[in-house]
Amino acid sequence: MSPALPAAVRASNPGATLIDAFLSASAAGIIELLSPYPPGWGGTLLLGLLHSIEIALGATCLGLLIGTGGAFGKLYGGPVVRDLLAVYTTIVRAVPELVLILLLYYAGTDLINQALTAMGYQRVDISGLAAGIAVLGFVQGAYSTEVIRGAILAIPQGQIEAARAYGMSPGLMLRRITLPAMLPFAIPGLANLWLIATKDTALLAVVGFYELALATRQAAGVTKAYFTFFVAAGVLYLILSLVSNLLIGRLETWSRRGMPSLKEAR
Amino acid sequence: MAGEATIISAAARTSLWLRPHRIALILIAIGLVLSAAFFMRWDWLPQYYEMGLLGIWRSLWILAVTCFVGFLLAVPLGLAQAAGSFWFSAPATTFCTVIRGTPLLIQLWLLYYGLGSLFPQYPWIRESWMWPYLRQAWPYGVLALTLSFAGYEGEVMRGAFAGVPKGQLEAARAFGMSRWKIFRRIWLPQAIYRALPTLTGETVLQLKSTPLVATISVIDIFAVSSKVRQDTYLTYEPLLLLALIYMTITGILVFAFSKIEARIPNKIG
Repeated sequence: MSPALPAAVRASNPGATLIDAFLSASAAGIIELLSPYPPGWGGTLLLGLLHSIEIALGATCLGLLIGTGGAFGKLYGGPVVRDLLAVYTTIVRAVPELVLILLLYYAGTDLINQALTAMGYQRVDISGLAAGIAVLGFVQGAYSTEVIRGAILAIPQGQIEAARAYGMSPGLMLRRITLPAMLPFAIPGLANLWLIATKDTALLAVVGFYELALATRQAAGVTKAYFTFFVAAGVLYLILSLVSNLLIGRLETWSRRGMPSLKEAR
Repeated sequence: MAGEATIISAAARTSLWLRPHRIALILIAIGLVLSAAFFMRWDWLPQYYEMGLLGIWRSLWILAVTCFVGFLLAVPLGLAQAAGSFWFSAPATTFCTVIRGTPLLIQLWLLYYGLGSLFPQYPWIRESWMWPYLRQAWPYGVLALTLSFAGYEGEVMRGAFAGVPKGQLEAARAFGMSRWKIFRRIWLPQAIYRALPTLTGETVLQLKSTPLVATISVIDIFAVSSKVRQDTYLTYEPLLLLALIYMTITGILVFAFSKIEARIPNKIG
């Protein structure tokens, strides 16, 4: 964004009025546009970012639950469970998230409302936050299933045999051995999924959930300062993923404590 | 590794593919498809058939162009990060970080709405030969998808270039090859072999990103299904068909790539 041009240059330019309109949105105007107090739209963007983070956190947690269950089903479940899970992960990973979000949103709200009316309750409006979390969580679940399955397979078999030899029940073994032991193998993949989740929240803007991308589009549409707002939103997303990377790095060293470092292992 | 072996052998013992429960599941699936075919409304299909084919063609075309050009951009990006001096590697790393750290939707809207609102202010752009193209939506979609593919694949290529064993390059140098020849004959082919397995995944991811161009009014297959939904007030039929189309394309892509991979020597380095 160029600083203000001299007035003479502006006057001689046929598109001067447009450039004026744009320049007013640059230089000092940007700060005014992005300020967090009402005439500026910074507050709207930050609120959108908060919603994005909420949806991403919720979706990742739900995805982790589905993923853990799915991984155990795929590894230790009966033949029918395994096949159904294979169908689930294959379909979710082959269809664009945008299509899945639309399908699951309509199908989910329809199903819930039909179930409610069948049981004699009133129809409800599902909140955007809950719907977004459910839909993205379902998608994330398919990817986490594969990540966690791979991580469980990477645990040295002796550890699980030892746990069994101690007479641990399956639940205790899961809690004390399998989950902690698979964590260092799962964290890189799960961290990647978290970053994907933060970026996938933007897709919810297309179906009209209020989050950062939609907030940005509204702000840009009203003020016509498209460039400013989309760059600002990009910076917010970038900060989110850079901070996440930092935290994930710490988490990874913590989860690998007591293990040989990756460099030595090579 | 022992764990993997026992589980695989456990699976291998019962690996007859068509077992009774599978036949039951397949019958249920066929039942679901048939009931969808008979009890849902498909009478709109003949009317939108041609538009749909055009949409599929457009999606595939965007996919092919963006993957090809994106890969061409990814090679210098990866090389700069793997072997370049600071002045080459820093911009390349920044580019990859920014592309991978922000949603594609924001990049797309930044290019389309941001650049799109900027360009008309310059008379020389409006008078140039590019203007008829710049007024349409698809160049922005193609540009955004290309840059995104280049960013993700550039990171993969960095790893692939760095992973080629030093001995190979030293041997090439000992043969007296020039730097360009080493790159063309030894370094690039081996790096591409290494990157090929991830290339399948990246291409499928790219296919799944193409529907985003519908948000900037490019009429791809996703936009066609949205139009059908608006015109006919049907919710599920167009979306289910759309999901089926994407699954078919993904299947074909994965199959084609596995054929290509099978042709490549699998022991490298």
